[in-house]
Amino acid sequence: MGSTLAGKGSATPLTPNRPSLPFGRAVSSLRARPRIGDPLFKFTTGLFAVLIAGLAVLIMVSMALNSTLPFQKFGFGFLTRSIWDPVAGQFGALPFIYGTAVSSVIALLISVPISLGVAIFLVEKAPRALSNPILFIVQLLAAIPSVVFGLWGIFVLAPMLRNHVYPALQSSLGFLPLFKGNQNGLGLLTAGLILSIMVLPIITAVTTDVLRAVPGIQREAALALGSTKWEATLIVLQNAKSGISGAIILGLGRAIGETMAVTMVIGNRPQISASLFDPSFTIASAIANEFTEATTEIYLQSLIELGLILFLVTFVINMLARLLVWSVTRGEGRGGHA
Amino acid sequence: MHSSGSVSPAVLPSVSEFQLRRQSEREPDAEQSTAPAKMKLENLNFYYGKTRALKDITLSIPPNQVTAFIGPSGCGKSTLLRTLNRMNDVIPGTRVEGHVELDGEDIYAPGTDVVSLRRRAGMVFQKSNPFPRSIFDNVAYGLRINNLTHSKSELAERVEASLKAAAIWDEVKDRLKESAYGLSGGQQQRLCIARALAVEPEVVLMDEPCSALDPIATQKIEELIVDLKQRYTIVIVTHNMQQAARVSDLTAFFWLGEMIEFNITEKMFTKPDKQMTEDYITGRFG
Repeated sequence: MGSTLAGKGSATPLTPNRPSLPFGRAVSSLRARPRIGDPLFKFTTGLFAVLIAGLAVLIMVSMALNSTLPFQKFGFGFLTRSIWDPVAGQFGALPFIYGTAVSSVIALLISVPISLGVAIFLVEKAPRALSNPILFIVQLLAAIPSVVFGLWGIFVLAPMLRNHVYPALQSSLGFLPLFKGNQNGLGLLTAGLILSIMVLPIITAVTTDVLRAVPGIQREAALALGSTKWEATLIVLQNAKSGISGAIILGLGRAIGETMAVTMVIGNRPQISASLFDPSFTIASAIANEFTEATTEIYLQSLIELGLILFLVTFVINMLARLLVWSVTRGEGRGGHA
Repeated sequence: MHSSGSVSPAVLPSVSEFQLRRQSEREPDAEQSTAPAKMKLENLNFYYGKTRALKDITLSIPPNQVTAFIGPSGCGKSTLLRTLNRMNDVIPGTRVEGHVELDGEDIYAPGTDVVSLRRRAGMVFQKSNPFPRSIFDNVAYGLRINNLTHSKSELAERVEASLKAAAIWDEVKDRLKESAYGLSGGQQQRLCIARALAVEPEVVLMDEPCSALDPIATQKIEELIVDLKQRYTIVIVTHNMQQAARVSDLTAFFWLGEMIEFNITEKMFTKPDKQMTEDYITGRFG
């Protein structure tokens, strides 16, 4: 049966009675004809692409052009001056840079271990039926407007910290300069805490995705060699490490740029103090907070220059992040692991 | 022409439980091996949720032999392989009934240390899956986590021995510190075999180890498998019947979760006892 079919197929077309189509064939010359569609398409999409890049450049340029006064007066010293006295017309960015950096670092120190723990639990331990609802709730945290975080920070978190946590910290670790001085609940540490809650959902969600993306056979390979669940998880983490650094950097980006919640709990005083209990200021919160009061030209322009610094800092952080991720992915497998 | 159900008594391993019992009774003078079965399965049933993926499997795997599982996709051969080192435990919603023994010990008994079971029954997967580490660290992994070596030099020795056993030492000896991802597919798979051998398992379970490899790499691994049976008991799942014929001593044919025939490979591929086996092997279905 099969052989007869094959024999027949080679001799005659598959469908012998197929009618020829009644359309005729369009004969086209190979000579180039003017076509407007393709160039137009290329031009418009190209324009959009350039527009985005151009926008970023324009923002930077206009900020630079609008901050010439403080630049002429203070030069690069603006970055290292720690004085901020609008009345005397003296401006320096260092307290804001310090506040931004320290509050972000505190936020990451707290949120990274928690986020990693949550993500590892959700992916490696919890059954799907449990992990999906939990992840959903964690992601809801990201949907809370930052002003709400700020309100909660002022009325709930700060009093609680002032009355219970900070005194305990001071009595146990008060010998460190970090925990000296008086605490009214509004300050660098409180801002860092609020920020840590705000970046937690981002880091958790991205890390969860990254861990889920690690192929199951990596876990199985480890288990099949006599690994415990924990040792297999270490293998998974190693597979995911570049993605996890990406997640952390995303969180850092959010922490640095966060404005509203921070300005509500950080105390808004441009100073550099060793104590984490003391009020501070971040770049973003300073801009938001002082714009309305900027009555002199140099005051306003100093704020714009702060914005320029924030812009450049995020730019540099992103570049560093990419370099880091790149070096991690490139150095894969070279790491001596004990 | 074909015996319909009665199995020739000369066949060492056989389908029916009856045969198994008889065989163990006359074990001392069994023709092929005098040693007791390395692994023994009795009335094994396996469920994915409500689906019964394995039906009353009973067979015994002799030591220092290559046992091949063949059958069409979805017949349960990989599932069966994974019950032998409890790798299916990882999959939620699965359930095992029946007995699986390693050296007479029930591996599904409560209180079984799965970690040490998996050390004794190592596994090589369908897709090579080296860790994102150096070649050396890949092979050293199992030795390190199980604390099997006492010094750096001993570790290096055993890594070298494992790479040699997996016939890949010459190709990697000058680049041990380089990432395993720089190796070719066939080299990666042999690296994974070296990694599995490093912890000195007694049984090596191979789940279609050559399915992603070209013919030359496949040939290398097949030669390796034949070599390895001196020291290890090998169970291999394969889609490739020629491969089963080339490397194995015994072959089990599965269809829809049932074991249709378990026989000496030579006999299986020349004069199988079951019509169905012959139909499958000659390509009439599957």
